[in-house]
Amino acid sequence: MMPVLIFLPAAVAAVLLLARVPDRAALLAWLGTSLATVGISVGLWAAYLAGARKGADGFAFEVKVPWIPGVGSSFHVGVDGLSLPLLALTAVVFTACAVYSLRQGQRPRSYAALFLALQTTSLGLFAALDLIVFFVFFDLSIVGMYFIIAGWGHGPGRRRSALLFFLYTFVGSLALLLGFIGLYVASDPHTFDIVALAAHPPLTGPGPAGPLVLAAIALGLAIKTPTVPFHTWLPPAHTDAPAAGSAVLAGILLKMGTFGFVRIAMPLLPEQWRAYAWVFIGVGVASVLYGALVALAQHNFKRLVAFTSVNHMGYILLALGAAGLLGDDKAREVAVSGAMVQMVSHGLITAALFLLAGVLLDRGGSYDMNRYGGLAAVAPRFAAVTAVAAFASLGLPGFSGFIAEFQILAGSLGPATPAAAVAALGIVLTAALMLWALHRLFLGAPRSQLATTVTDLRPRELWAIVPLLAGSVLIGLYPQSLLDVITPAAHTLITMVGR
Amino acid sequence: MHADPAAFTPELILLAGAVAALLTGAFVPRRRQWTAQLIAAAALAGSLAATGTIGAPGDTVYAGSYTLDGATLAARLIVPAAALLTLALAARRTRGDAREAEFAVLVLLASAGTILLAGSSDLLLLAVAYLLASIPLYALAGWGRDRRGAEGALKIYLLGVLAGILLLLGVAILYGLAGSTNYTELAAQLPHAPPAALGAGLVAVLAGLLFKAGAVPVHFWVPDAVQGATVGAGAFLTTIPKIGALLALYRLVLTMPGDGVNWRLLLAIIAAASMTLGNLAAFRQNSPTRLLAYSTISQVGYLLMAIVVAGTAARPAPLAALVLYLAAYAAANLGAFAVVAAQPHRATLADYRGLARAHPALVAVLVVCLLALVGTPPTGVFTGKLTVFSTAWDGGFAWLVVIAAINTVASLYYYLRWIAPAFTPATPTPTAEDGRAGAAEPAAGQPVRKGSTRRAPLRALTHPAHWVTASAVIAGLAALLLGPAADIVMTMAPGAQP
Repeated sequence: MMPVLIFLPAAVAAVLLLARVPDRAALLAWLGTSLATVGISVGLWAAYLAGARKGADGFAFEVKVPWIPGVGSSFHVGVDGLSLPLLALTAVVFTACAVYSLRQGQRPRSYAALFLALQTTSLGLFAALDLIVFFVFFDLSIVGMYFIIAGWGHGPGRRRSALLFFLYTFVGSLALLLGFIGLYVASDPHTFDIVALAAHPPLTGPGPAGPLVLAAIALGLAIKTPTVPFHTWLPPAHTDAPAAGSAVLAGILLKMGTFGFVRIAMPLLPEQWRAYAWVFIGVGVASVLYGALVALAQHNFKRLVAFTSVNHMGYILLALGAAGLLGDDKAREVAVSGAMVQMVSHGLITAALFLLAGVLLDRGGSYDMNRYGGLAAVAPRFAAVTAVAAFASLGLPGFSGFIAEFQILAGSLGPATPAAAVAALGIVLTAALMLWALHRLFLGAPRSQLATTVTDLRPRELWAIVPLLAGSVLIGLYPQSLLDVITPAAHTLITMVGR
Repeated sequence: MHADPAAFTPELILLAGAVAALLTGAFVPRRRQWTAQLIAAAALAGSLAATGTIGAPGDTVYAGSYTLDGATLAARLIVPAAALLTLALAARRTRGDAREAEFAVLVLLASAGTILLAGSSDLLLLAVAYLLASIPLYALAGWGRDRRGAEGALKIYLLGVLAGILLLLGVAILYGLAGSTNYTELAAQLPHAPPAALGAGLVAVLAGLLFKAGAVPVHFWVPDAVQGATVGAGAFLTTIPKIGALLALYRLVLTMPGDGVNWRLLLAIIAAASMTLGNLAAFRQNSPTRLLAYSTISQVGYLLMAIVVAGTAARPAPLAALVLYLAAYAAANLGAFAVVAAQPHRATLADYRGLARAHPALVAVLVVCLLALVGTPPTGVFTGKLTVFSTAWDGGFAWLVVIAAINTVASLYYYLRWIAPAFTPATPTPTAEDGRAGAAEPAAGQPVRKGSTRRAPLRALTHPAHWVTASAVIAGLAALLLGPAADIVMTMAPGAQP
């Protein structure tokens, strides 16, 4: 099943590129493929809960095909409680983007093909159980996103933003590759297999190699995540990317960074993770506060959402760092499962917010919140949906963000008390900035001619955005649906880190 | 098995093909000079076929002077295949030219010399093969007979002769030290040699081989010769001589003693310098061929990394990594040159504006090949870089791997400088120009249209522009597929493992 799930979008993309499919059919093919991946994900989820096909090493639906035996790399994929939620998230967010883009006018065939290819790289990365397979998809996601920003972005600076994005994240991917080679060289027998490396972590004992390899891997993942101070590529990339591109970039591609921490950095370098846990906690708290403060200063709605991503990713790093501090196992487990819920929650909510930002640009031609005002009167549905998304983002109870941030703070409070206390300030800041943004956009009198031109959400946009928010509400009201899958995996992870 | 002419069948076929093409070129009228090209192509294909039947027995012939192992097998497969692509991608320029046959002859002779160079396990044969592989290159560089071509040819000739003399000097020194030119004897005797003399001999031989590979510090011929030569000749110069030179270098360093002369460090420094200087110089280039010329200098740096750890127990096997990288690089580099050859009116990177609209297939090849040269997965060069980096690190050269990774990031910038304009809509003026050029050569780069008349496919087959496009697509596919199929290439070479 896994190869089908991963490569179905790429196969459709290849057909779209090679055959001269009509534009409309191409967009429908994209939507159909995305829906198919949602269906497969649901099937996987049900089968996983039923305990189907679970191997001895804890992974279900494993596939392992020799690729380059001379290098000790195989095409090895599988599903566990950490990857399953992200696979499902990928399918859902890409489907939302497909619905949103049904009226894509500019070169729709290549647009659909690029997104489908990007979906393959995302699904493949989350399922990867081999470092090289992980790296291949990691790098290809950069290439795909580069073409989306450079080709379909808006604004005069889009080529520059795309180039900055490519160069910056490429630096990260090369650092990651160096770290992977370091792991390979240190392992005996030499292998790139994540499961084998996790079973017998290389680089144990003193020496500079372990910390250096962790530093290389962490640098690569931190750039992708992104955390302070490696976040500077993110705002321009988001500002110039098309709405669906931003939704995928923030909703899925950022998760590749945080997922890398739980899949690779923590289980493969447990000793070093414990030794340097405070570094990750510090970077996490800095990202939480810095992201929120800079977001507070934005007039540009899309940049504001982009900086809240830095803030939200900071919580994940805080939780994962706290999981490296030995102490109460239950608290660490809660922190890790909070981090995983945050990945899913942020993916849903931020994707919705970016699509809403796209609607704003589509109607008014500007992201500048100061030029709108009073939109609630002319576009009530737009106002209501944006308000729901904003409340979800600031972590109101009843939404997934609350479950995530509550778990993260509750789990980190024990092991890392001061850090968790400082990070809690971020929640206040996020609430303030989201409310202020809503205020500027929707309330008061129209502040320019622009505000009167805004029309309400169309059904296509509603169908794209509302299901994302519904997912957030589902997790918020019934967290067990997600935690049933995540908690056992979180337990395994902290056991591995504790070795 | 000491004397066995049959062991040389692939090389002999190339030689016979060269003679036949030369005679044909001399006797057929100009408009039928293409028959010489056809003979050359047949010879290259025949050589490949002969290699397929011989395989790699793993022994030596003629008193140990020529080794039939995995490395030779790799050269015998990669070189003719790359030469075939070169003939196709040069077709648009060579077809109908007064010296069309000469181009084919020079390609065949240089290919034969390159394979001999890769297989030599005797210093004298190495020297002969060096000359056979080099002299056709001088003529090839100046084949276009224009001012820039003459300048480039002069540069490669002067530097080539100097490097050749050094190589001969080095051969003489090593012979003096070991009392033999045979590699087996060298390996046995050189540990007893005085390190200073050994170092001098090694450096002198290195000068010759590094010249052919186009590595720092004997790289000065590359940019001028490649830019001055015709596109096809430039593609040949940057691709094929490397294969022979690096495989010969690999063989040679295996004879060096482990202590006394720290040749590993020397080669590591040359590798680092080559990748860095090539990259820095490529940054500001505006001509695609000149950019590719500097890119080839930096790529030699990565290739040398495998030779730095030759003969160690590093995993993956250094030779397998070297062969994989060579094959993948040849495909990606030839693909990029084929795109240049298909669009001769685009002289600068900025001229590539609008290519995506006009020629989607070519732009796809360009993107695949340039990203492959960067080392983006899943292309062949990615797997090449992965294996080369891994083996160098495992052999104890982690610092070199870090430098190589930094250089890889830097290289992305200039390759993207070429990709980005290709996706920019053409400005009005270039569009008009493009249109005119298109009108002059209506089939340029266009996919083969299934004919409205019965003879259309035949006409399409004989149109040189189609050969260029086809070579671009084949090279692009090879550059892409060598990644997933890396294992096939890597298992080809283990025979040469000590």
